[in-house]
Amino acid sequence: MSAGWLVRRVLMALLAAFGVGVLVFALLRLIPGDVVTQLIGLEGNVSAAQQAEMRRLFGLDQPIWMQFLSWFSGLVRGDFGISLRTDRPVFQDLLLRFPVTLELTGLALIFAVLVGLPLGILAALRRGQAADLISSSFVLIGLAAPEFWLAILMILLFSLKLGWFPPNGYVSPTESLTGNLKSLFLPALALSFGLAAATTRIVRASLLDVLSQDYIRTARAKGLSGGAVVVKHALRNALIPVITVIGLQVGSLLGGAVIIEQLFGLPGVGRFALEGINLRDYPVVQGAVLWIAVSYVLVNVVVDVLYGVIDARVTYS
Amino acid sequence: MSAAAVKLPRSPGRRAALLFFRTPSGVVGLLLVLLVVGCALLAAFISPYDPVRYLPADRMQGPSLSHLLGTDLYGRDLLSRIIYGSRISLSVSVLSVSLALALGGLLGALAGYYLGWVDTLIMRLTDILLAFPAILLAIALLAFLGGGFWNLTLAIAVAFTAPFARVVRAAVLRSRDTMFVEASLSLGATDRRLLWRHVLPNSLGPVLVEVTLRLAYAILGEAALSFLGLGTQPPAPAWGQMIADGRPFLETNAWISVAPGLAIMLTVLGFNLLGDALRDALDPRLGR
Repeated sequence: MSAGWLVRRVLMALLAAFGVGVLVFALLRLIPGDVVTQLIGLEGNVSAAQQAEMRRLFGLDQPIWMQFLSWFSGLVRGDFGISLRTDRPVFQDLLLRFPVTLELTGLALIFAVLVGLPLGILAALRRGQAADLISSSFVLIGLAAPEFWLAILMILLFSLKLGWFPPNGYVSPTESLTGNLKSLFLPALALSFGLAAATTRIVRASLLDVLSQDYIRTARAKGLSGGAVVVKHALRNALIPVITVIGLQVGSLLGGAVIIEQLFGLPGVGRFALEGINLRDYPVVQGAVLWIAVSYVLVNVVVDVLYGVIDARVTYS
Repeated sequence: MSAAAVKLPRSPGRRAALLFFRTPSGVVGLLLVLLVVGCALLAAFISPYDPVRYLPADRMQGPSLSHLLGTDLYGRDLLSRIIYGSRISLSVSVLSVSLALALGGLLGALAGYYLGWVDTLIMRLTDILLAFPAILLAIALLAFLGGGFWNLTLAIAVAFTAPFARVVRAAVLRSRDTMFVEASLSLGATDRRLLWRHVLPNSLGPVLVEVTLRLAYAILGEAALSFLGLGTQPPAPAWGQMIADGRPFLETNAWISVAPGLAIMLTVLGFNLLGDALRDALDPRLGR
């Protein structure tokens, strides 16, 4: 991995992030009428002078490129605008809420690997047997069932019937660490389902592929035990495509988190966006969408770089 | 396998069909898809009840002989709502995937065929669209456009445009490098003839697979957006909306949420199995 490649990859990510900014800015212009007429529809009668004042406040009296420049230079300085409902700086709330989203998606990733890896290995080693059947049913369900529906089934079983976990709400880790993990367990498990299924599938396929290679037969022929062959020779080589697939999909956890946060009432960035949508608090929606999209771009850069570090054969020219 | 492979027909279409119908999971997928399409087309004939009519006397029932899947808060028959819901789910997903295919396909074909600055420009545009998780892009668009059937369709279509552009571009790149395109070019074929007669028909396989799998994603996306209240408005029986409606009543009547989720899962499973089997059947490296 050369330094030149790294610089180019980061430049491309910056370009994409800038494009995201342009798109999110343009979103505000999609509103039927304009922001002010939409907000007035909510508030009732407002005089023409007040309307003009509101338009000035939004900078709508400026030419569009000026509006964009001032908005974008604000972003760079960490000024995401002010919430129309709470008068708080959007950036401040984003900083407050992002750790929740990060913890949720991080836990989901861990769950996906903890489930997908052993299940995929088991399926490959017991090919065509009961374990393989169970694992492929899990894959089919995990890829087809909506995660918010699985979440509701889990709430039904683990919260309402068994009472093991709270059905919603969030406990901060500073308040109680076990309470925090308990409040995030079901949401993270529900969010991890799709990725766990995809991981299981690729682990199985990749391991089966490697196990049919000549060097595995050689290792067996020289008398190594089955376990040693799998762990020392097969698994290491089988993991490369697995890392690719997880890397490609890990960012999509951020999209799924929006729905899961809403469902479980977790105060993350995704729920912040949805609250903003319900209250027509446009700066909040723009800020939250931008924040998630830029995190997504960042995750994908990190995955690409990690991939280059892990697989020595990959050389980016 | 090798003995059977010898008998495979030479026509690529027939060979793919033969391979496809030998895959049990693919046939199951096809049957599931046909079942849902049948429900959508025949909803008016097979639904036992009116999906939006309130029947207060029958409210909150569990499954029984008169209401096979039970009823919701307003006494509406859940089976009938699920059958009618297939119309929303399928029409939104088919329309949005068609729109995304038309738009993304055009962009991808232009990029892959002309290369150069056209390619660079189009690929950087797709980079921006792909910088959003698909569901977030759709949520963002709906937040500002407002919900409803057509905005929902448009939002999903925009979110899927970039992946189609990528797939079509890759397919066009592969077939433009083949001998028959070179031969045709040397015989003096025009750009338009090359594109329509040779390059695009040979890109059909991967695109067909992508369409099938994208339909599954579109159904999941539509369900998620309706669940969040950003899709079609009540009382339309959208599956995702129905799951949300049942949420407060999990302890009294879980079926209200469970049943529509099963419908989503089986539909998506159908398209997934169909898409996977098509991919295997159309893969020219297999079954030769």
